[in-house]
Amino acid sequence: MHRLLNNRNFLGLLFMLPAAVLLLLFLTYPLGLGTWLGFTDTKVGRAGHFIGLENYQFLWGDSVTRLALFNTIFYTTVASIIKFALGLWLALLLNRHIPFKSFIRAIVLLPFIVPTALSAIAFWWIYDAQFSIVSWALVKMGVITTYIDFLGDPWMARFSTIAANIWRGVPFVAICLLAGLQTISPSLYEAAALDGATPWQRFRYVTLPLLTPIIAVVMTFSVLFTFTDFQLIYVLTRGGPLNATHLMATLSFQRAIPGGSLGEGAAVATAMVPFLLAAILFSYFGLQRRAWQQGGKD
Amino acid sequence: MDDKSKQLHADTARDTGAADKAGGGMGYLESVPRRVVTLYLPLLVFLFVLLFPFYWMATTSLKPNAELLSHEGNPFWVAAPTLEHFKHLIFETPYPEWMWNTILVSVVATFTSLTASVLAAYAIERLRFRGAKPAGLAIFLAYLVPPSILFIPLAAIVFKLGLFDTRWALILTYPTFLVPFSTWLLMGYFRSIPYELEECALIDGATRWQILVKIILPLAVPGLISAGIFAFTLSWNEFIYALTFVSSSEVKTVPVGVVTELVEGDVYHWGALMAGALLGSLPVAILYSFFVEYYVSGMTGAVKE
Repeated sequence: MHRLLNNRNFLGLLFMLPAAVLLLLFLTYPLGLGTWLGFTDTKVGRAGHFIGLENYQFLWGDSVTRLALFNTIFYTTVASIIKFALGLWLALLLNRHIPFKSFIRAIVLLPFIVPTALSAIAFWWIYDAQFSIVSWALVKMGVITTYIDFLGDPWMARFSTIAANIWRGVPFVAICLLAGLQTISPSLYEAAALDGATPWQRFRYVTLPLLTPIIAVVMTFSVLFTFTDFQLIYVLTRGGPLNATHLMATLSFQRAIPGGSLGEGAAVATAMVPFLLAAILFSYFGLQRRAWQQGGKD
Repeated sequence: MDDKSKQLHADTARDTGAADKAGGGMGYLESVPRRVVTLYLPLLVFLFVLLFPFYWMATTSLKPNAELLSHEGNPFWVAAPTLEHFKHLIFETPYPEWMWNTILVSVVATFTSLTASVLAAYAIERLRFRGAKPAGLAIFLAYLVPPSILFIPLAAIVFKLGLFDTRWALILTYPTFLVPFSTWLLMGYFRSIPYELEECALIDGATRWQILVKIILPLAVPGLISAGIFAFTLSWNEFIYALTFVSSSEVKTVPVGVVTELVEGDVYHWGALMAGALLGSLPVAILYSFFVEYYVSGMTGAVKE
């Protein structure tokens, strides 16, 4: 017994046990089960039969699914690009000399830490068709004459949900990039400045190349979160108006839980996997580059 | 002139190894108006936009209904503040119960996950058993699996285990995103603790368990706090599992309860909704305010590793 407890292989497996049981039972198994469910016609309360690719064939011809795929890609692309741009800008601002720096940095992250479902309710009220504070302010300033129907018009709704997503995502991107910026040695900027580099050149040829590895990782996470977003849409629009804001995640929820078609819902969820894999591979190569840049092995 | 002295500070900070003054090192080259336009103005706009929804949440929760639904007056200010909505929320809705559920589920899920993560991280990082490297990679990959693609099969499993509509459904499923995250974070922390300490203890005849409890854990306290705070807020904010696995009001968590039960029909009780959102956000906000540095290092650490 004593010998066994000093054996690193035995002890290693023993220590891994709790985490492994939890993850195998509630992560690996459901991942496989989800893929399997996608090939069956399982309904809530009724075991399904294997039906091959029928779910996928149906979904491919289903206009709502196609719209949801378009929405998801549109939502992810627009939100991620803007989150990156604003996040980088905010990180650069926070990296400069400002009074109350740590306090400002702390409150900037607030949108990211409060429950999304709850901040989405605040956005719901801000986007209210009759009492929107944004509309009120714009009317008072004389910019518009009638209240904006933020969540009632398909394209307005798309952009409104994207705006709420950006609001939540910018702090995450900014704080992570700020951590990256702080690792860049100031002497590099001084050397560049002595060589006559303009502020833009210092940003373009010093900051950006050194920040690229962390940008790759942060943006991969950001894309992953945005692509699989559920809460914000569920609270703000439930996929409406006319399915204009349905994302893959909200569609799979709607088909599987209120709709009862577990098989079909699982197929929608599984259809997200190839996109996620693409993002993960992107992250992998981002990490590789980081190791190489720091002179690490492989 | 003032900037000159800041520059001095920057130099001393750099000497002590803190590189966080990057970019500010040459701040003295800038004129004041330029600084206002390129720094303070954009920063102010950012802060305004990022914080406005909270301000709006707070003012709305204090407004009486008549004021909420009138187009007169200045909506940015509360003319006659009232605690009516909070009273309604606490005494006439199951809100306190949701709060209790959220606390219970978050605390238990966090501690379970932390325990499992400490052991796993120590095994992967320090015991270096056969298969430690693939295990580390598997943890990282598990970290990338989003709840949105797991909730349907998990619902089937939860149902089969007879856990549907219980707190256990949440306590047991939350570790699916907490364990990979905390393990990954703790692996980074354990890596920074020198091997020599452990070797000395081994020579003195300590067992691995004693080493973990008496040497590694005390040194990894900042990492444990980071992982704990982060895991707690993640569980507090969790939505899709709580929405799917629970259906009775008395086991709901705050985010799900507010979204599904405070919205009745077409009449939205905005005051109560905002009060609920505010009260539900406060605990994490307060916890966060005490441990900002830990939280940030946890978040950025997980991304940087």
